[in-house]
Amino acid sequence: MQNKTLKTILTIALTVVITIIAFIVLMPMFGPSFMHTLMAGRMHNGMNGMHGDSAAPSGLDYATERTTDNGTFKVSYTTENAIAINQMHTWVLHVETADGQPVEDATVTVDGGMPQHGHGLPTAPQVTEYLGNGDYLVEGMKFQMGGWWEVKFNISAGDLTDTITFNLTLEG
Amino acid sequence: MSERSKLLAGFGLLVVLVAGGLGYIFTRPTWTDAELVTLKTLWIGSLPPLAPDPSNQYGDDPAAAEFGKALFFDTRFSSNEEVACATCHLPEKGFQDGLPLAQGVGTTNRRTMPIAGTAYSPWMFWDGRKDSQWSQALGPLENPVEHGGSRTFYAHLIDENYRTEYEAIFGELPDLSDRSRFPEAAGPVADESAWAAWEAMSPADRETVNQIFVNMGKAIAAYERQIMPTASRFDIYVQAALEDDTQTMNATLSAEEVEGLRLFIGPANCTRCHNGSLFTDNSFHNTGVPTVESLPEDTGRAQGAQDVLADEFNCLSAYSDAEPNECNELNFMLAEGEELERAFKAPSLRNVTTRAPFMHAGQFTTLQTALNHYNTAPASPAGHNELEPLNLSETQLNAIISFLYTLNSEITAP
Repeated sequence: MQNKTLKTILTIALTVVITIIAFIVLMPMFGPSFMHTLMAGRMHNGMNGMHGDSAAPSGLDYATERTTDNGTFKVSYTTENAIAINQMHTWVLHVETADGQPVEDATVTVDGGMPQHGHGLPTAPQVTEYLGNGDYLVEGMKFQMGGWWEVKFNISAGDLTDTITFNLTLEG
Repeated sequence: MSERSKLLAGFGLLVVLVAGGLGYIFTRPTWTDAELVTLKTLWIGSLPPLAPDPSNQYGDDPAAAEFGKALFFDTRFSSNEEVACATCHLPEKGFQDGLPLAQGVGTTNRRTMPIAGTAYSPWMFWDGRKDSQWSQALGPLENPVEHGGSRTFYAHLIDENYRTEYEAIFGELPDLSDRSRFPEAAGPVADESAWAAWEAMSPADRETVNQIFVNMGKAIAAYERQIMPTASRFDIYVQAALEDDTQTMNATLSAEEVEGLRLFIGPANCTRCHNGSLFTDNSFHNTGVPTVESLPEDTGRAQGAQDVLADEFNCLSAYSDAEPNECNELNFMLAEGEELERAFKAPSLRNVTTRAPFMHAGQFTTLQTALNHYNTAPASPAGHNELEPLNLSETQLNAIISFLYTLNSEITAP
């Protein structure tokens, strides 16, 4: 019985010693990067709450085809496949009524920004041309950093006005 | 099973676990796929070929670049004959001067900006009050504390010293010999007599002088367009990382530099503004930089945006070679809003360690001071500081500084 306890203690002691020796011997070989990675990783997670660069909230709708906030219009946008940071580019916004008729004479304004950073778009994009079939050309779009962006459109046609906010996350 | 074999089995398991753990640590990749995407965007190899400047039809003319280079270094183009572009933009100092405030014929209210890579920027100066390199070059020439001259003064200098070079590029130089029509010193400048002389000139003669003045700017821009950073140690490292060449990676950056890079693209948020191959978004940010007591109020981009809209030499002006739809940076410029208040342009971080003091009026003498500022993110003297405190440790800040040194490289110029 005493012999068995001794062996258990010996095993635990041996395990501890081997682990410590392994650390001491191997730390200089991979030390700084190993330690710092752990530290950085922990800090990154820990800071998410108070930090601007936290991940976008879960449950955001990233669809490019949406119904406006009060259900007045169905809108969709098309743009470049991979939007490059800092490159001015265009969007085409398609607007149709709830029952699928293209909206011809809409007045569209553009706004947006990064909710987590408290800043708007770096440019003042505008709808510059009606392309027909409910399509509107949006010029002057630009995003100057990666992360979660909102692009908001205010659409007025006749007596009807409604808004829609598209979410997008850019790499970079 | 005997106690001995149980013990041996346990020991064997331990050895396997330790070996496995170590094996994982040594073979796991240094960067995640997402981090590699970011690294690639910062790599100089991702810098696209420089597109022509539609507002400057002489931008890629080698003769214009040669003429522009001569002008860039010619101190005769100043009121005291001692100041050239190169007086503040010294090639041996990365085309800047290392001073908190630029020293021309007098002292300016801002720090000299570096030139390398600015051909890629839609905006010039700390406040972006110019929208091309050629229109930027004209500003200091007429500033009373920089070159201190006037338009007719410069036109006469071209006539007397560079007629051949000028005519080879821009065509015949008009006859400026009649000093009653083209006074020695006339232009829309601070000097009252030069201003009055300019007002007294006929619109056609003023137009003649403006054209020569603009062509000087376009030639200087043709030279400046070619001032570019080259590949740095960081770029060699990223190329190796993209090729999964661990040996070159380890030989190129130290563990501390890699740690600094990891912080730079991660928790330190540096790439919010310092992104892309030139480590700048060429946009304007209020980062809470303190005021300088001896200097007048500086609203930064808030004023610069109004200035560039009103600039007689902007992309939409008659002196620009661009079609209006080629001026989309100006057409869709953000002209108003609290975000512009005391926002200043983010400079490229390539070669930044060689460019103390830092910020638009040289407020910070060392990189340590600059990083401590970002780490604490104090309230802005005016407007809203975009940053939040980082709460990084001293060791981490030093790692970022170590990393910044890896961005140093030769600057090429014709």
